[in-house]
Amino acid sequence: MAQLTYFFAVYGSLVNFIGINALLALSLYVTLSAGQLSLGNAAFAGIGGYTAGILTTQFGFPYSLSLLAGSLAAALVGFLLGLPVLRLRGVFLAIATLSFGEVVRIAAINLKITGGAEGLMGMPTHTKTGFIYLVIIGVCYFLAKLRYSKAGWSFESIREDETAAAAMGINTTYYKTLAFTIGAFIAGLAGAMYAHLSYIITPGEFGFSAAVNLLIYCIVGGSRVWVGPVLGAALLTALPEILRGTGITAGPIRMFVNGLILLIVILFLPNGLVSLFQRCRTVDAGVLAGAEIEEK
Amino acid sequence: MLLEINQITRHFGGLCALAGVSFGVESGSVHGLIGPNGAGKTTLINILSGITPATSGSLRLGDLQIETFPAHKVAALGVARTFQNIRLFPALTCLENVIAGQHLVAPRPLLPRLMCLPAARRQEEAYQKQSLEILVRVGLGDRADLPAQHLSYGERRRLEIARALASRPRLLLLDEPVAGMRRQEMMGVAELIRSLASEGMTILLIEHNMAFVMELCSRITVLNFGSVITTGGPSEVGIHPEVIEAYLGKTDHYA
Repeated sequence: MAQLTYFFAVYGSLVNFIGINALLALSLYVTLSAGQLSLGNAAFAGIGGYTAGILTTQFGFPYSLSLLAGSLAAALVGFLLGLPVLRLRGVFLAIATLSFGEVVRIAAINLKITGGAEGLMGMPTHTKTGFIYLVIIGVCYFLAKLRYSKAGWSFESIREDETAAAAMGINTTYYKTLAFTIGAFIAGLAGAMYAHLSYIITPGEFGFSAAVNLLIYCIVGGSRVWVGPVLGAALLTALPEILRGTGITAGPIRMFVNGLILLIVILFLPNGLVSLFQRCRTVDAGVLAGAEIEEK
Repeated sequence: MLLEINQITRHFGGLCALAGVSFGVESGSVHGLIGPNGAGKTTLINILSGITPATSGSLRLGDLQIETFPAHKVAALGVARTFQNIRLFPALTCLENVIAGQHLVAPRPLLPRLMCLPAARRQEEAYQKQSLEILVRVGLGDRADLPAQHLSYGERRRLEIARALASRPRLLLLDEPVAGMRRQEMMGVAELIRSLASEGMTILLIEHNMAFVMELCSRITVLNFGSVITTGGPSEVGIHPEVIEAYLGKTDHYA
């Protein structure tokens, strides 16, 4: 017990950051599961974080209500942004969402209410480790159930082949916007929780490198099942500490190891680290056995 | 008439792919659409399924005008299709491909699933069983758990038909369903199409294999350079001089 207390005293903030990054990675996973490459999720987190932070510090909102408002604000912006930009495909969507992210970052730097480049500070640190992981479990449960619902199958179909999906009767605009909005909601929630975890948020934290990091979490962990992004976020967030443990402390080497891991995963595990552990099964063994009997 | 195609025209820039095509597809019939390469057959199927808009002309399905409908609305009216350049979901298993094809007929709501209601589970089992029955019907029952990208060419074509059948369509559009198949496999597909037609499904198919078309179709429409040469029964079409000319050229060409 004493050891556990010691562990949390030393690594408590790391555990929290893993949780927040995992939530952010999960938000991108939803968008990716519908085949849409978004680099705007860091900006959605920023919108959620700033909305919630401003509401608690300047309007005296309770913690729970600010979280909800932050997530909803991000979801609303995600929905409104999704309507025009989801007409774009692949890398063009990435460019459009990336520029949206820059717009949010620059707006946060120049607005008075967001505290400018120095950032917004003074949020009460209400976000506790247990709550972060409770939210992660809830989100994972939701995503696992969503995967095999009508919306989940539509996301899969759109990712695999958008034209064929439309010919099967899937309203691709609707489901792409839905995935985008759910992703923005989760990102906004993560951002709002982060704002109440670290006392201060600055515009730079939600910029380009954050957006790319989220994508790397999903690629390294695997973006086909919800476990992947969580795994990728946990591994890559903990990596500097792990390296410190092995005696490597220099900054550039850390980036090098990061890059190396990404390269190895892309080359040898195109479906991410999760493909090492499991093969995704959707079908009851019983149903399959029934088929074999029928054919005989 | 289930489907009436009226003066459908389609231009791609300066190229006129279809120049006022008109014919009807009778309810419950197997209708063949043939013609040399580049005649506009696939363009017509793309227009029928709402994937490509027509430049002009009208389409009537049952008692609805559908020429302005997007693909998912056409599908919702009971039109399913396969693609000439197979468009399966390669990373999904065969069964998952068919399950995804159930979009229009299986609601699969989220809320009962979140609450883990036993009714949702029973419903899901029923849906999966239906999917499996369709796979068995096209002869892929033993492939259910295999990713679609691991299938042979002929099996992919049959899986695409299975996915189209999953939405229980009343009009099935097949774009070269037996291209690249062995003879035995082809007979299997012919048998499948016959049994579907006997259940009242209307089928419009494009195919280059004349023996297959002549044997299976009750009506045949011949396209050439974007226009209909003739529509009729197999025996009339087979001896129609313009059809023979379109396929084999004029005998007195050099005379």
